[in-house]
Amino acid sequence: MAELARNQTPMHTVQEKTESASLWKEGWRRFRKNKIALIGLGIVVFFILLAIFAPLLAPYDFKDQNLAERLQPPSSKHLFGTDDFGRDIFSRVIYGARISLWVGFFSVLGSVIAGSLLGIIAGYYGRWIDGIISRLFDIMLAFPSILLAIGIVAVLGPSLQNALIAIAVINIPNFGRLIRSRVLSIKQEEYIMAAKAIGMSDTRILFHHILPNSMAPIIVQGTLAIATAIIEAAALGFLGLGAQPPNPEWGKMLADSKDFLTQAPWTMIFPGLAIMLTVLGFNLMGDGLRDALDPRMKS
Amino acid sequence: MSEPLLQVKGLKKYFPITGGVFGKKVGEVKAVDDVTFTVYKGETLGIVGESGCGKSTTGRMLLRLIEPTAGSIVFEGKEVTTLPKAELRKMRRDMQMIFQDPFASLNPRHTVEKILEEPLIVHGIGSKEERKKRVREMLEVVGLGQYHAKRYPHQFSGGQRQRIGIARALMTNPKLIIADEPVSALDVSIQAQVLNLLEDLQKEFGLTYIFIAHDLGVVRHISDRVGVMYLGRLVELADSDQLYQSPKHPYTQALLSAVPIPDPEYKRERQLLSGDLPNPANPPQGCAFHTRCSACMDICKQKRPEMKEVEKGHYVACHLY
Repeated sequence: MAELARNQTPMHTVQEKTESASLWKEGWRRFRKNKIALIGLGIVVFFILLAIFAPLLAPYDFKDQNLAERLQPPSSKHLFGTDDFGRDIFSRVIYGARISLWVGFFSVLGSVIAGSLLGIIAGYYGRWIDGIISRLFDIMLAFPSILLAIGIVAVLGPSLQNALIAIAVINIPNFGRLIRSRVLSIKQEEYIMAAKAIGMSDTRILFHHILPNSMAPIIVQGTLAIATAIIEAAALGFLGLGAQPPNPEWGKMLADSKDFLTQAPWTMIFPGLAIMLTVLGFNLMGDGLRDALDPRMKS
Repeated sequence: MSEPLLQVKGLKKYFPITGGVFGKKVGEVKAVDDVTFTVYKGETLGIVGESGCGKSTTGRMLLRLIEPTAGSIVFEGKEVTTLPKAELRKMRRDMQMIFQDPFASLNPRHTVEKILEEPLIVHGIGSKEERKKRVREMLEVVGLGQYHAKRYPHQFSGGQRQRIGIARALMTNPKLIIADEPVSALDVSIQAQVLNLLEDLQKEFGLTYIFIAHDLGVVRHISDRVGVMYLGRLVELADSDQLYQSPKHPYTQALLSAVPIPDPEYKRERQLLSGDLPNPANPPQGCAFHTRCSACMDICKQKRPEMKEVEKGHYVACHLY
């Protein structure tokens, strides 16, 4: 019998490789078939690479001023032209990817962590805790989000980091509500009842059963939220409340360009295009992820 | 008969009905209303009744997955209803449950191996290797292959999933298994396989079952004794053969006469029940069944009948006896 079992082992491993398929793998298989989503992924990867290799790719440093060559139109020397300090816009757009992706990613990470924690507590324990947390979300959502962000930055002082914190805070209720509703529905599932019947503790149920099953919508919503966060960061930058000079934040570059719009439209076009493309990339990817991971959310 | 494993006395569950802006309690649904029975070691107790009669609620209360409103549950001499949370979790090792819907009762993101290993991890049983070994053994016991361990629930058929559910319930070597409609979601051909598996496992491991179902044929096949529930109350409890051959309670009689017999030539007197199931939020006074009973007397409308032993081991709650 033991020998038989040993003889069978190689066959089993083959079967394991070919036949085990988690929901994540199935999701990836569906995602791969979606061409538009793959374009989104391509754009996102392109900007991530741009951000990582900025020092290698940019022909100039983002803060190198050359007043003799200010407001030059695009040329072979300056691909995207120069701004009013004679800085190379091509280089600044490349370095700007670092700032926007950084703000987008970490602000969303912050809101996901805080929102998930609050949402899980509200959804799982219910009763008055749920009441308090849900009302808190309602109050935060009652403010126009950009106004709330401006308020937070005004209190903390204008800087890129504070803009990031503000964006993270204003997105907390969105994630909190999402997770809360997920937890509420998963809590009713029979496998949670089964987990309780086994004798599992609440913490283990939360972190081994409820949280992993809530991940798909978080990932989808998170990807879409990165796009929004990038726009919000640009808006705060435009208002002078985000990145401070000489940091090449795209929104800030747009704000600086508004005085020379007619003489030097390239100072506006290229940072604007960069914002548009990144946001588009994240949105396409997010939509694709939603279709792949959470088919029920498709509407 | 052998010694009792589980004794349930006066078990009640009233779900509050809340209404208004402030969620004030405006009434209650008497899902389970004063149920008393005993389960003996090694037997299978079937519980039947139509939808909404409280049979699943009863099963879940035994494990305190739903907290009882009142009553006592004594398992192996220990009172379950007052156990502190930590003790309760330990006790669940000896009392396990098989669920109705094999598509909903397994976590879709866990492999079969993880699903089966988890009860052992939770109760701190064995080393990692021992646990894996037991998972593989148990897969064989329920008729699956070891190579199934790495797959996910959605890669199995309903019958296979139910086998996984059964394997999970067996992992901790429990003494009592509460099977809540374990085959009602399966095709008839698969039902027989799963029922036979349950019977084999009972012989092999000396298990005691509480088998909850609405299918009278299935219950008869597997049960030693059968309890019939109506509107949250146990109306009749007897040995399986006795119950099916000479049902005493008018409700049981009506229920059994509704069982289809696969013989088109067979003529029989059908007892059709008139009326609908009364609202459990407002059950009839006296005997809950009097509104639909063909033998209703005046006393039935006023006094609730107590469980009486009318023959040896045959209990009925009816004023006729």
